[in-house]
Amino acid sequence: MNTVNPMKPSERMKLPRQASIEQIPEERNKNFLEVSSGLDEERALIEAKRCLECKNPVCIEGCPVTIDIRTFIQLIYQKDYIGAVNKIREANYLPAICGRVCPQETQCEIVCTLGKKHEPVAIGKLERFVADYEMARNLFVAPVITEHRDQKVAIVGSGPAGLTCAAELAKLGYKVTVFEALHAVGGVLRYGIPEFRLPRTILDLETDRIKSLGVEIYTNFVIGRTATIDELFNEWGFGAIFLGTGAGTPTFMGIPGESLSGVYSANEYLTRINLMKAYQFPEYDTPIKVGKEIAVIGGGNTAMDAVRTSLRLGARKAYLIYRRSRKEMPAREEEVHHAEEEGVEFVMLTNPVRIIGDANGWVTGIECQKMELGEPDESGRRKPIPIKGSEYVIPVQTVIEAVGQKPNPIIQSTTSGLDVSKRGTVVVNDAQMTSREGIFAGGDLARGGATVILAMRDGKIAAGNIHKYLLSKLDGKGNSKLNVDVKQEIKSI
Amino acid sequence: MFLILSKEILSPTITKYVIKAPYIAKKRKAGNFVMLRIIENGERIPITIVDSDLSAGTITLIVQAIGKTTKLLATKKVGEAILDVVGPLGVPTPIEFHGDVVCIGGGVGTAEVYPIARALKDAGNTIYSIVGARSKDLIILENEMSKLSKQSYVTTDDGSYGRKGIVTDQLKDILDSNKNIKAVYAIGPLPMMKAVSNLTKTYGVKTLVSLNAIMVDGTGMCGGCRVSIGGQMKFACVDGPEFDAHLVDFDELIMRNRTYIDLEKISDERCKRIEMADAVGGGR
Ligand SMILES: Cc1cc2nc3c(=O)[nH]c(=O)nc-3n(C[C@H](O)[C@H](O)[C@H](O)COP(=O)(O)OP(=O)(O)OC[C@H]3O[C@@H](n4cnc5c(N)ncnc54)[C@H](O)[C@@H]3O)c2cc1C
Ligand SMILES: Cc1cc2nc3c(=O)[nH]c(=O)nc-3n(C[C@H](O)[C@H](O)[C@H](O)COP(=O)(O)OP(=O)(O)OC[C@H]3O[C@@H](n4cnc5c(N)ncnc54)[C@H](O)[C@@H]3O)c2cc1C
Ligand code: SF4
Ligand code: SF4
Ligand code: FES
Repeated sequence: MNTVNPMKPSERMKLPRQASIEQIPEERNKNFLEVSSGLDEERALIEAKRCLECKNPVCIEGCPVTIDIRTFIQLIYQKDYIGAVNKIREANYLPAICGRVCPQETQCEIVCTLGKKHEPVAIGKLERFVADYEMARNLFVAPVITEHRDQKVAIVGSGPAGLTCAAELAKLGYKVTVFEALHAVGGVLRYGIPEFRLPRTILDLETDRIKSLGVEIYTNFVIGRTATIDELFNEWGFGAIFLGTGAGTPTFMGIPGESLSGVYSANEYLTRINLMKAYQFPEYDTPIKVGKEIAVIGGGNTAMDAVRTSLRLGARKAYLIYRRSRKEMPAREEEVHHAEEEGVEFVMLTNPVRIIGDANGWVTGIECQKMELGEPDESGRRKPIPIKGSEYVIPVQTVIEAVGQKPNPIIQSTTSGLDVSKRGTVVVNDAQMTSREGIFAGGDLARGGATVILAMRDGKIAAGNIHKYLLSKLDGKGNSKLNVDVKQEIKSI
Repeated sequence: MFLILSKEILSPTITKYVIKAPYIAKKRKAGNFVMLRIIENGERIPITIVDSDLSAGTITLIVQAIGKTTKLLATKKVGEAILDVVGPLGVPTPIEFHGDVVCIGGGVGTAEVYPIARALKDAGNTIYSIVGARSKDLIILENEMSKLSKQSYVTTDDGSYGRKGIVTDQLKDILDSNKNIKAVYAIGPLPMMKAVSNLTKTYGVKTLVSLNAIMVDGTGMCGGCRVSIGGQMKFACVDGPEFDAHLVDFDELIMRNRTYIDLEKISDERCKRIEMADAVGGGR
């Protein structure tokens, strides 16, 4: 394999891993502007120099969508930033998003050869750098679609799984229609992940780029309600359907006091703030109530987002309550670190047992029990065990539960022949195919709560297999003659 | 965009809208609702689908202007559009044959109970109806309800029309005189539904109510609309909105629905200011 960087490996290893430019914690915890502005060109070039250009680039295997990491970093080294972003886009149509929210530290970067003895190459940050470079200079050119096909594919849900599947199929020349239940596109990227981690301008731009491939997007359209899966096949004439409806239904802990005013699921809390822009109330009509003292329960990305958002909405004390220890927290490392810097108080090895309210039904506190770690359970994590008599009350006016989500059952309950697991996820095989012919699924719907990049991977694998499936159907009866025109009365965006 | 095709004022604060929404019209069943958002920075609110016309591709909504969003809707003219309408949502009312049934509508709740009464009637039930409101000018759909009822009654709190009193007074008389009443459907303000439920409990008559919990998405994704039914947590938007009244924890819901009362006032005030500015400036 060619190398482009003349430096000796020992010299490369001497270069320090480059850090992002970030707003200082004391300021950023009061605004919704993006926390990190990524690497500038100078830092990106140093970072690119650190890559060992391995003969066996193991980083690529660590990436769920197998981005050719080695090559794109070489292109950065050669200052061909547009070449680099296009290299990424061959494997992943949404580079500006991945570079920001992908848990690199457990994917491509954990396996990076340089990381064995030194710090790994900041692959995610480089990815973001080229995506931002292209965006700032408006240098995006939509890929040319060489072959157009008559068959139509419906994508249900416009999260990262659905959007990726749509983009890949559109590039293959299919007519693709995305149906989204909410009034805006993006799934969790829109209603869950806050503006300060993923600016909406970026999401809008990436959405526009998908539309520029000819993909049609209908919002306000709940499949299973506004139209059923069977109607999409039989009346609309879709040849295949991809389900990417995510895992948006919140679960609650089931402790006393959950119906008090001031108790939110993280989903409701973040939806009010991100989708409905409650942080701009009363400019925007949707209200939100955040106490001076708040508690968020959970240790995942959702919990981190909720707790950091609370600080930005004026909470003076924001507690993050988690029943295991800090190192077991499933959230991205960077987010945990950022939360800590911003002043979140971590209450580890603690389990809430009851939410306490006043006579008007408002939260006044949360009663917790301390935990200790016992033997490892099946998952290999040490099981938390309650310590008797350790109960105490933390005074708070808002409680946000971020303790897990499950798939929304609307489609599963209105579609026959779809195998669903006990956890409520839709069962798929390696090809992302469900138990029903012509229906594929992926992302959180098939995995339970997972990650953006795994959702994109599923969407991409599904697109390849939908292509195969539709090719096999071409001379058969699969190519329906039914055709439905653009629906004017539905808001197509 | 969802076009408003016609608009009819039913009472000083209650308006009927016919809206173009062919997909929703096609799918809608009694008991379903839609979520609307009127403008870009607006809130999403749930409104029951009162009627639909398949061939015209329209749905009918009846809305009482009580706060920011509903008042803003009232300012929309025929030919203007609502930004987002999504549905039909919620579990349709299970329409069964019971025999004799009482349908009760309180205030704008009459709009919500009317499609159910009609479906029950179509299923062969004999309908007794009670339409109640604070005063005469808030009574809606009186004719429509009486047309499908064997007997229909009107009550007003202030006695300005029909019987003076609340719907439960009338309901008690019906239950006392007709032992064949097999079910009661009541939709209206929470205190009214609670009172109906308490009454029918003593008679052992099955009662269904539609819970107006505060909703955000309306599709089961936020849990904001959670209610306690027989001690279990349910989401009103996907498990309901109708539930067995005798299992509902009304006090809890009444309390939860007060969560944003102060902020709703702020919104409402702003709305008034904008209306005033519009009136002065001749509209935006
Ligand atoms: C707050 C939060 C923060 C997170 N942070 C990170 C992070 O930093 N990094 C990371 O990798 N992962 C993160 N995750 C996880 C990640 O966002 C998800 O794994 C990912 O979004 C799943 O994508 P998806 O496409 O499967 O589904 P979703 O993103 O959930 O999208 C599903 C879409 O389908 C729509 N839909 C549902 N039902 C219907 C229907 N019947 N008809 C039409 N449309 C429907 C929904 O409205 C939604 O828009 C986070 C999750 C949350 C909640
Ligand atoms: C399933 C269902 C069906 C309904 N059908 C009808 C109908 O057919 N006609 C009708 O006039 N009204 C109906 N409502 C009530 C209607 O949704 C509220 O009147 C409306 O949301 C008030 O909004 P606002 O901004 O005008 O008032 P606000 O000032 O915001 O609120 C006034 C009152 O409405 C309640 N409310 C506020 N926001 C919401 C929300 N997002 N969801 C639910 N309630 C809220 C508040 O508790 C408050 O008591 C229904 C409610 C539900 C849950
Ligand atoms: S998408 Fe994620 S895993 Fe793949 S290269 Fe980028 S940061 Fe690494
Ligand atoms: S494993 Fe690390 S050092 Fe090697 S090619 Fe990949 S990024 Fe570069
Ligand atoms: S309104 Fe969000 S779950 Fe019911």
